[in-house]
Amino acid sequence: MRIDCPHCGSRDIQEFVYRGDASVPRPDPDGEDALARFIKAVHLRANPAGRHVEHWYHAGGCRAWVKVERDTLTHEIESTVFASEEIGR
Amino acid sequence: MRYSAFSLFREALRKHRGWTPTWRDAAPKSSYDVIIIGGGGHGLATAYYLAKEHGLTNIAVVEKGWLGSGNIGRNTTIIRSNYLLPGNEAFYELSMKLWEGLEQDLNYNAMVSQRGVLNLFHSDAQRDAYARRANSMRLHGVDSALLDADAVRRMVPILGFEDARFPIKGGLWQARGGTARHDAVAWGYAHAADQRGVDIIQNCQVTGFLREGGRVVGVETSRGQIRARKVGMSVAGSSSRVAAMADLRLPIESHVLQAFVSEGIKPKVPCVVTYGAGHFYISQSDKGGLVFGGDLDGYNSYAQRGNLPTVEHVLESGMSMMPSIGRVRMLRSWGGIMDMSMDGSPIIDKTPVEGLYLNGGWCYGGFKATPGAGWCFAHLIARDEPHPTAAAMRLDRFATGHILNENGRGAQPNLH
Ligand SMILES: Cc1cc2nc3c(=O)[nH]c(=O)nc-3n(C[C@H](O)[C@H](O)[C@H](O)COP(=O)(O)OP(=O)(O)OC[C@H]3O[C@@H](n4cnc5c(N)ncnc54)[C@H](O)[C@@H]3O)c2cc1C
Ligand SMILES: [Zn+2]
Repeated sequence: MRIDCPHCGSRDIQEFVYRGDASVPRPDPDGEDALARFIKAVHLRANPAGRHVEHWYHAGGCRAWVKVERDTLTHEIESTVFASEEIGR
Repeated sequence: MRYSAFSLFREALRKHRGWTPTWRDAAPKSSYDVIIIGGGGHGLATAYYLAKEHGLTNIAVVEKGWLGSGNIGRNTTIIRSNYLLPGNEAFYELSMKLWEGLEQDLNYNAMVSQRGVLNLFHSDAQRDAYARRANSMRLHGVDSALLDADAVRRMVPILGFEDARFPIKGGLWQARGGTARHDAVAWGYAHAADQRGVDIIQNCQVTGFLREGGRVVGVETSRGQIRARKVGMSVAGSSSRVAAMADLRLPIESHVLQAFVSEGIKPKVPCVVTYGAGHFYISQSDKGGLVFGGDLDGYNSYAQRGNLPTVEHVLESGMSMMPSIGRVRMLRSWGGIMDMSMDGSPIIDKTPVEGLYLNGGWCYGGFKATPGAGWCFAHLIARDEPHPTAAAMRLDRFATGHILNENGRGAQPNLH
């Protein structure tokens, strides 16, 4: 597997550290039901078979966090953007 | 049919024409008392103990592929009860006791071999951690011993004792641990469950749940609807997918774990050995092949195959623990999909959906748990209350804070 880092270009997977599902938003700590929402955000995952948008950290490169759209059935990578960006479809 | 030395002898004389199938290939009936989804080790064991210990007879195991096509046929066959936490250790010891009587109970040769499990340590801190674990085991009535380097050397002389960076200082030893023949465990449970009237239905994928007033009353399958009073899920790496059909989201990620086997060589590794300075473990099969594995690939996957960086990493760790392994040729590698939970421990519990029960989150340690998980899951389904040794394996523990975190790494499944 190679990830196309938006800053460094195509790089070997070993340069990256995996964090997990990027579709889980961090709840507002001051919001209503903050505790219940955090419990869910920390622990519950859709864990889909197929398209998965996930965070990777380019530890062995530019040290940017990136968002990767990948198929968990084939490991094929569809697109990669900086973590702050939305995946354009 | 009962298997015995006599039946083997008789069939040898009859040119093996008298054997009957080990289990019937059943077709689905319209309804059952209990349906277990997943014909892996856990599902088959659950059905067997439901029939044997709880007197239920109208049970089906529904398997999407062929029996044993999942992790039960892909693992590295290690059995042990050397856990640290009270919520886990009593359970794994129950499972170990069941292994010790399994073959007689099932009337099937599962090649259970108590050759011992040795966990190497390489530093004082690691020694302390294993001493603590050894003591925890003893508090649960489980044998354990802390070996020094000389004792380890006598046991497994071919290890890399003189490694400059990670010299071997000793090991935690559980003599009753060992290995079992993984396929034969599935076949044995299938055989024994079938003898008690359990229907084992292969090539029958569950595609949805039948629900009435919120309650699960059966399953939709590729071979039609089947009704049931209770439905148990025991689908390992597919736990999230099946739970999603009941609108449940689980504290689980699916990850791929690889394993490897070498060409057959003369006896060299007498027990199971795990490396303390890298994720690597090894044993030797009765055919002589070295069976070994290491870390997860580390990203969500349903692909049942991993990537080359992990292969390289595992083999490097192997070279560092047992340098002579470099002279052996690797035969095969493969992958299985692990249901990695958020604290690295399993879940045996009711779900919020009435009539639906969950056994999952076994990570890469569910083979040793096969008899115990079947025993406790059957107890839960039959009596609607948890078995005492599995009472901590609750689904709501992530909300209440009573997590079972053996290695203290937080809710990051690829690190467990
Ligand atoms: C490489 C590797 C090494 C391992 N090493 C060890 C080890 O040394 N020691 C140890 O204790 N554990 C080990 N494990 C873990 C162990 O194999 C698993 O935790 C355990 O086998 C899981 O339980 P099971 O046998 O019931 O799973 P499985 O055999 O995977 O059974 C689940 C079944 O559910 C079926 N299923 C899924 N979805 C559906 C559906 N919709 N409808 C119907 N059926 C469905 C699947 O086809 C499958 O047959 C290892 C695993 C792997 C992959
Ligand atoms: Zn980069």
